[in-house]
Amino acid sequence: MWKATEEVLAPIATGAGILGTGGGGNPYIGQLRARQALKRWGPVTVLAPEEVPEDARVVCVGGIGAPTVGIEKVRDLQSYHALRAIEEFTGEKATALISNEIGGSNSVEVMIAAAKAGLPIVDADGMGRAFPEFQMKTFFVYGVPCCPMAIADEKGNSIIIRETITPAWAERLARAATIQMGCVACYAVAPMSAEQVRNTAVPNTLSLARDLGLAVQRAHDTGGDPLAAILETCPGRTLFSGKVVDLDRRTTGGFARGTVAIDGLDDYAGCRMIIDFQNENLIARVDGEIVCTVPDLICAVATDGGEPVTTELMRYGLRVTILGFPAPALWTTPQGLAESGPHHFGYETEYIPLQVEGT
Amino acid sequence: MFIGVDVGGTNTDAVLMDGNQLAGAAKVPTTADVTSGIVGAVSELRRQHPECHIDAVMVGTTHFTNALLERRDLAPTAVLRLCLPATQLLPPLVDWPEELTKAIGGQTYMAGGGNEFDGREISALDRNGIRDAVRAMVGQGIRAVAVCGVFSPVDPRHENETAAIIQDDFPDLRVCLSHENGRMGLLERENAAALNACLGDVAHRTVEGIAHALEQLGISAPLFMSQNDGTLMDTDFAARFPVLTISSGPTNSMRGAAWLSGIADGIVVDVGGTSTDVGALVKGFPRESAVAVHLAGVRTNFRIPDMVSIALGGGTIVSPDPWRMGPESVGYRLTEEAMVFGGGTLTTTDLAVANGRADVGDGRLVKGLNPSLVERTMAEIQARAETAVDRVKLSGEDVPVVLVGGGSILLGDGLAGASEVLRPEHAGVANAIGAAIAQVGGQMERVYSLESSGRAEAIADCSAGAVQRAVAAGANPATVEVVDVEEVPLTYVPSNATLVRVRAVGNLALSSD
Repeated sequence: MWKATEEVLAPIATGAGILGTGGGGNPYIGQLRARQALKRWGPVTVLAPEEVPEDARVVCVGGIGAPTVGIEKVRDLQSYHALRAIEEFTGEKATALISNEIGGSNSVEVMIAAAKAGLPIVDADGMGRAFPEFQMKTFFVYGVPCCPMAIADEKGNSIIIRETITPAWAERLARAATIQMGCVACYAVAPMSAEQVRNTAVPNTLSLARDLGLAVQRAHDTGGDPLAAILETCPGRTLFSGKVVDLDRRTTGGFARGTVAIDGLDDYAGCRMIIDFQNENLIARVDGEIVCTVPDLICAVATDGGEPVTTELMRYGLRVTILGFPAPALWTTPQGLAESGPHHFGYETEYIPLQVEGT
Repeated sequence: MFIGVDVGGTNTDAVLMDGNQLAGAAKVPTTADVTSGIVGAVSELRRQHPECHIDAVMVGTTHFTNALLERRDLAPTAVLRLCLPATQLLPPLVDWPEELTKAIGGQTYMAGGGNEFDGREISALDRNGIRDAVRAMVGQGIRAVAVCGVFSPVDPRHENETAAIIQDDFPDLRVCLSHENGRMGLLERENAAALNACLGDVAHRTVEGIAHALEQLGISAPLFMSQNDGTLMDTDFAARFPVLTISSGPTNSMRGAAWLSGIADGIVVDVGGTSTDVGALVKGFPRESAVAVHLAGVRTNFRIPDMVSIALGGGTIVSPDPWRMGPESVGYRLTEEAMVFGGGTLTTTDLAVANGRADVGDGRLVKGLNPSLVERTMAEIQARAETAVDRVKLSGEDVPVVLVGGGSILLGDGLAGASEVLRPEHAGVANAIGAAIAQVGGQMERVYSLESSGRAEAIADCSAGAVQRAVAAGANPATVEVVDVEEVPLTYVPSNATLVRVRAVGNLALSSD
């Protein structure tokens, strides 16, 4: 058990940015909102999954909308309103909250609702990274129903999606409602039991984000190597290092899709890496050969500082190092891969697990 | 003829431009009041050319922002956000340094209004709420109001109507509307409006002071101020949007370099005593930065040049063993401390002289330097400059590189990534030239649904708006052209909503046009 205070928000933003694998949007606003919430309602208690009481009712909350709209119509307490709506509909009071997604600015959404509601949060989430679609959560893969689910805006509107035939339908209906609500809504899913959380959530991800951020910060303070500090905190390996030479980005079907090309420097001189992304990085190839695929994490960080580089920030000339981390185990089973593997994103290639020394 | 003036930290430069000719230049020390330095430099030009007819005077100064940094002469200012019931968790001024919030009075209000991303109203404009808020702020003694509506760049009507309501009741209040100079990003745009509001008084006084001083010199030509994006604003506009001057210095320097070298698309490398600034020219203008800019601790999203600065200059100190170069520099004491000037500190300039690349000071004083030290340092200087050039490039293609600044003697002509390397004459007054050749611009930013309107149509509509704004700002319609089109897809929104931003510029319309 630990307390999420204002001091850990900056490290969490950095760590969540790394785990965001290129997606997750601009961390500034999220961090500022969380700071404001913790200032107003006090620090939030974080429970390790094994500390969650047996009779707990754990509600997953998260944001849904467009990050580019969120910098203009800044989110308020939509996640809190969605929480209250699902409690009322199910007649069950939440005793703890859990994050939908650790990667990117979604990592703090749960903290804002928890601070306002005076509830603890679980040190875990439904992805262990970032993914572009609502239904891509380990909870749903392992049998937690995604409905009923509440969606709330900032005006006082809320709706319940009572039942859908597949989680993908929930995503479709939720997104349609979100657009009408002005693109910065939040959702809350009907409560899970402690056992469901322990069996289906990716554990210890909030503390991992915090520790990644602290490692980068410490490296900056002591003149150490931030990239080495990241890899010491979270086992993974350097896939490539170089400079961005080309970026092809377009919006189709509501997603930012495209490729980024990186020419190798130093140890990687003479080679070129191409990364395909759909909000998040999907597949990394070096000279045509696949070196890492979803659901393993393909993370771009600034070569000289270790700060996360999202696809929005990619541009010619940027020096980036690409780190690979093995996916959480819940994603690498056959049912996990069906929702998160290369086939799900339309690639013919099979998932080849990333090999990391010592694991 | 045009007079261009650059008020720098050390010197105030003035140039006289006759069409495309540099007809004269003057340099005097900058004065604390700004005006006396300008008068000094302009008088010197007039002494050189007593007969010249002056069509316009263009001044580049960052003086207004010094007031902000020193927190003096700031008007008591309130911020009114049109947003309710949305965006309440982060109130206006939320991330400001405490002292600055205190200095302007720190009053914030929120009222019903604002728009959604697609133009719908969040709620109807709360006219009564606005009247109440304004009465309350006036009761607290404020003199200026910044008004910021959610998505006002998409639809500015709520902000405009609010301004009318305020001026109806209190015609003497200074009102700054966020959509007039900001882009997407509520907090940053609101911050910019608040900074403009609180600087309004001091900007007004400074601009009046300069105009009055010019009048006393017998110059009746119109006065313009340079802004961050390399275009001009008239004095009324400058008094309303003083923060638009914050980075006019580097912009004018790059524009001047473009003019002096005849290069419209390329890279400008400005090597000073302590640092080197590298920026990209696109159609004769500096490329703008996409990241947030902090001004006096306040986060904003102004259009400022996207520059890479590295700690490399003519005064950068070199240690031979173990070898190290910078980031320390002897700076303006170069002519006392560098070895070629009889000093005892080894600098990059000394090694460039030993290498034969530069010829300043007394070359005999560096004859004994180890040739491998010289070679290594010169290679490293070149490599660092090349990396900086590469970082500001838009693509991998070789482009022309323009070298300016006193420290550019450090660099050789064989610069990797450069198709050619140019070293124009008169680079010392590039800033003042940049001010004198400045054009008038207009920018338009809107969200389009490309599914319903089509890409070409959206760009055409946005371009027409930008051209119209350039003409309204004083451009000669016959010369206005679109110089920049930017499209930002709004991810996670299916209808292919895209933010389109267009900038148009044209030559200043003269009374004789």
